[in-house]
Formats: sequence, structure tokens, C-alpha cells
Amino acid sequence: MGLLSKKDSKLILDPLADNNPITIQVLGICSALAITAELKASIVMAISVLFVMGVGNVVISMLRNVIPSKIRIIVQLVVVATLVIIVDLVLKAYAYELSKTLSVFVGLIITNCIIMGRFEAFALGNGLWRSFLDGIGNALGYGVILIIVGFFRELLGSGTLLGIPVLGDPIEKTGVYALGYENNGFMLLSPMALIVVGLIIWVQRSRNKALIED
Amino acid sequence: MALKEKLHTLKEKYRGTKMAPAFNALHTFLYLPNETTHNGTHIKAADDLKRTMNTVILALVPCLLFGMFNAGYQHYAALGQPVDFLSWDSLYIGIIKVLPLVVVSYGVGLAIEFLFAVIKGHEVEEGYLVTGMLVPLIVPIDLPLWMLAVAVAFGVVIGKEVFGGTGMNILNPALTIRAFLFFAYPTWMSGDKVWVHGAVERAGTADAISGETILGSYAQNQEVLYSLSDMFYGFIPGSIGETSKLLIILGGLFLIFTKVGSWRIMLSTIIGALVMGLIFNGVVDAGWIGETSKFYGLMSVPFWQHLIIGSILFGAVYMATDPVTASQTNKGKWIYGFLIGFISIMIRVFNPAYPEGVFLAILLMNVFAPTIDHYVIQANIKKRMKRLKPNVA
Repeated sequence: MGLLSKKDSKLILDPLADNNPITIQVLGICSALAITAELKASIVMAISVLFVMGVGNVVISMLRNVIPSKIRIIVQLVVVATLVIIVDLVLKAYAYELSKTLSVFVGLIITNCIIMGRFEAFALGNGLWRSFLDGIGNALGYGVILIIVGFFRELLGSGTLLGIPVLGDPIEKTGVYALGYENNGFMLLSPMALIVVGLIIWVQRSRNKALIED
Repeated sequence: MALKEKLHTLKEKYRGTKMAPAFNALHTFLYLPNETTHNGTHIKAADDLKRTMNTVILALVPCLLFGMFNAGYQHYAALGQPVDFLSWDSLYIGIIKVLPLVVVSYGVGLAIEFLFAVIKGHEVEEGYLVTGMLVPLIVPIDLPLWMLAVAVAFGVVIGKEVFGGTGMNILNPALTIRAFLFFAYPTWMSGDKVWVHGAVERAGTADAISGETILGSYAQNQEVLYSLSDMFYGFIPGSIGETSKLLIILGGLFLIFTKVGSWRIMLSTIIGALVMGLIFNGVVDAGWIGETSKFYGLMSVPFWQHLIIGSILFGAVYMATDPVTASQTNKGKWIYGFLIGFISIMIRVFNPAYPEGVFLAILLMNVFAPTIDHYVIQANIKKRMKRLKPNVA
């Protein structure tokens, strides 16, 4: 890597696999269950979190020497809240339908434990550039899982991807539906998201035995 | 060379290799192994896992046979060309519709069991034998086979293998399979079109037939077309194996007699259902809800009739008593069973989206069974400590 030193690139690559915020640290599960029924919503959520975490980590890192430690949580909340409101307003202005699908979950990015966790654990103690990379890395790790889950849930649950029918028309009985295939309604329910995340965790840990806790 | 020797040679050939558990399972499933232990004293008990499982299957066979005859009987009755119950015509429909379900259930389930045994290197357990028999009995007759295969794969892997296989599961695998089907393919699992063979494909055409279940009729405040004796003997549409209450009761008595099923759970489930039914009857008698209420139909069913409609008896006898997922303590079994019956009837009456709540109630109580046991044991410890204290002081 020419652009990044080895130490820096680790900040981005680690959260993508062996230190993934969702599958390893099991943070941010709530939104992963709630909005992954459609791939589009998952992608928008991933981008929103990417923005909030990248910018937020930089802001906190800039302020880290002037924030009194007694009120640091309040300051962090103000920063996240500001960024989330920006995301919310942008979505409402340019993608109104989507912001209705995501509904309250855009606002709830504030409570996403990954964000507060990275502020606390990393941005408060590291420089600008490294905090930025850390924020991007964790947001990407979160987004990757979201998109994988969203992909399977939309494909098996509705037979579409990004709203485009890929398996044929379930009412006209074309494509695989002509063979008697039917959409799996369970995939659209939140419990199935939990099970899909669980399966990802299972696959990941059986490939890398070092991740198994006990 | 007899089959037994062949299997034995095969087993010897693969000893120590990855496939050993698979051949071992085939051999011990069909025959007693030749090996005997040499040192030490071993107590031989006849009621090993295989014997227990086979007893339950024996108790299920009458339900399966009845279900096969009933499949054809209901089909022709709905067509308006009734045939005799014990006739070749009704059995024929049963054979072509029910047997494939049994074969798929066993085929997929056992394949996964063997696969996991080979991967994990443990012996194949007999646990799936009963599940594989229960599954075809609790699904509608026209369920497509691939849906059953997907559901069985899901139920065995997520419901059982991820917890460590037979004996370690929290949820009853057969009910996990049914719950998966119910939430994944609701149009095939509920409504008035799925319970009689042929009703789905005829829907919307001129010769459409309907197989409205009794619970469905009650839920819509409609007249019920079946007599009480039909409900008791089982000449009604429903899931394949759960219609005949008489055979279920006989199967239950057989399980109690052989001490395979817990009479405490069966009895307390029935008591729980009766109590809930009595409460609803009381509400109706007191005039707290009017005849126009959407709950009126099911609430006004005489409390004892709740036992002969729907699948509460089947659940109580074959599902709730699963020794792995039920409560283990005797007091716990009473609480566990009572709540299953109580909640089943509650779901049945209050939630029109879930016309039958037995499987949901049992799954819910499966989850709570360890908690119930914990508190029963703690209470017992506390009681004994109290008894001990005066002597210490």
C-alpha cells in the first residue's frame, strides 16, 4: 500500500473482517435487523453511517484536547445528533420515499453503539487522520454486513434486488415462479435477519478458529 | 453373505476414517453390534434412546394411517362424491400425497444428520426418527415437497445442530419446522384452501372446493358443519395426523403406559386449556362481550370442546412431552404444561391471524422451560435450607 502505512491500513481492513463491529463485537445489531429487508435501504443506511462516522470521528478527534472529560458524552451526542440531522434532512430532500422506509432508524443512528464506541475508544485518543480511517473502516465493516444481509433478505423474501425483479414475476408466474418457487415471507420478518447475521457469524468463526471465544 | 455381515465389513473398512459415523449409524440402526464390553460391570437398560424413539413412532403410526385414509375421504367429500372411509379410493389419495411428505421429511432430515455427524465426528443420534415422523403429520396435505425440504433443512440446522445436536436443542425441531413454514409460506399453511387435497389448484375455478376448518368457521362466527362425533373420531379436514382425537388419546395412553411420555405434562396441558376455555365461557355468560364481537364465535365454544377441535391434543401428547425441550422437574412439568394449554387457547381465540396457537404456545414454553426448572429447584433448595436452619442454631 503506497497511500497508507501498514499500521494505517490495518485500521481500515481490521473492522472489515476479524474485528467486524457487527459479527465480532456484536454492536449495532438493532438497525441491522430493522432496515435490511430491502437492499436499497441497507445501502443508504450504510452510506449514512459512513458519513456520520467518518466526519464525527474527525470532529471529536479535533476537539479531543478541549473537551472536559466529565461532559464528553454530551459533546459526543451533540456531534452525532448534528450529523444525523444533516443526513436526515438530505434524505428527506432528495430521497423522500426511502427516508420514509428508513423512518425512525435514521434518527436512531445517534444511538448506534458502534459510533459512540469508536468516539470513546478511538477518536478521543488519536490524531485526525487515524481517527478518520478508523471511522471509515468501522462504518465499512458495518455496511458490508448490512448489505450482505439485505441482499439475501430481499432476494429470497421478495425475489427482487434494488426493487428490480430478478427471479421473475410472482403473480404472472414467470421465471423460477413458473417452476413452483415462492417467496419466503419469513425473510421479510426481523427474526430472519437475526438468523442471517447468526449464519454469517457461524461461517466467519468456522473459517477462523481464533475468533471462537471459549 | 447376509446384510448384517456386509454392514459389519463396511463398518470395519471405514473405521477411523471420516465416514465412520455414517456407516456405524447404518449398522447399529438395523442390527445390534457384535461387540460386547469386556471389563467392568455395566448395567444394561432396555430403554435406550432407540427404544424410546421407536415407542413414540409406534404411537404415531395409527395417526399416520388414519391421516392417509382421511386425506382421500375429505377430498372426495369436498368434491361432492363421498366414498367410504376405509376404501381403496381414499387410501390411494393418502398414498400419493402423504407418503412423499414422509419420504422427503426423513430423507432431508437424515441426510443433514449424517452430514453433521461426519463433519463433527460424532455418532449419528436417533433424535430425528421421531421428528421426521411428526413433521408430515402437522402440515397441510398439499404442501409442496420443496417447501417441506427447505423447512426441514432449516429446522434441523437452526433448531438443532447449531445447539450441538440431539439432546441439546432448546426448541422442538418439528415445531421449528412448522413455524418456519407458517411464517415463510403462509398461503400454504393457513386459510380455508390448504386442508383438503385439490382445494388449492381448484381455487377460483368453476369446480372450486373449500375445506374450511372448524376453527376457521368459529373465528368468522359461522355455522360449523361437522358433528361432535366427527370431530372426536377425526372425519374433519385439518393437518394430516392431528384430526383423530380418539387415536391421539390411545397413543397418549400407550406413551403413558410405556413411561415414555410424561402424564404430568399431558394432563396439565389439558387442564390449562380447560381453565382458559372456562374463563372465556364465563366472560360470555357474564355478557361482557356482545354477539357481534369478532371473538364471540370462539369464546362461546363450550370449554371442553376446545379439546376436540384444532390440534391441542396432538400438541399435548406428542409435542409438549418431548423430553429434551420440556421441563425436567415434576413441579416444573405441571407449570409448563398448564401454561401451554392456557396460552394455546388464548392465542386461538384472540388472534385471528393465527387460527391455531398450539405450536406457538409450545415453542414459547420450550424457551421458558429451563427458567421454570431453575425456579423450581431454587425453591426446593430454599425449603430444605429452612428445614435445616433450626438444627444448626
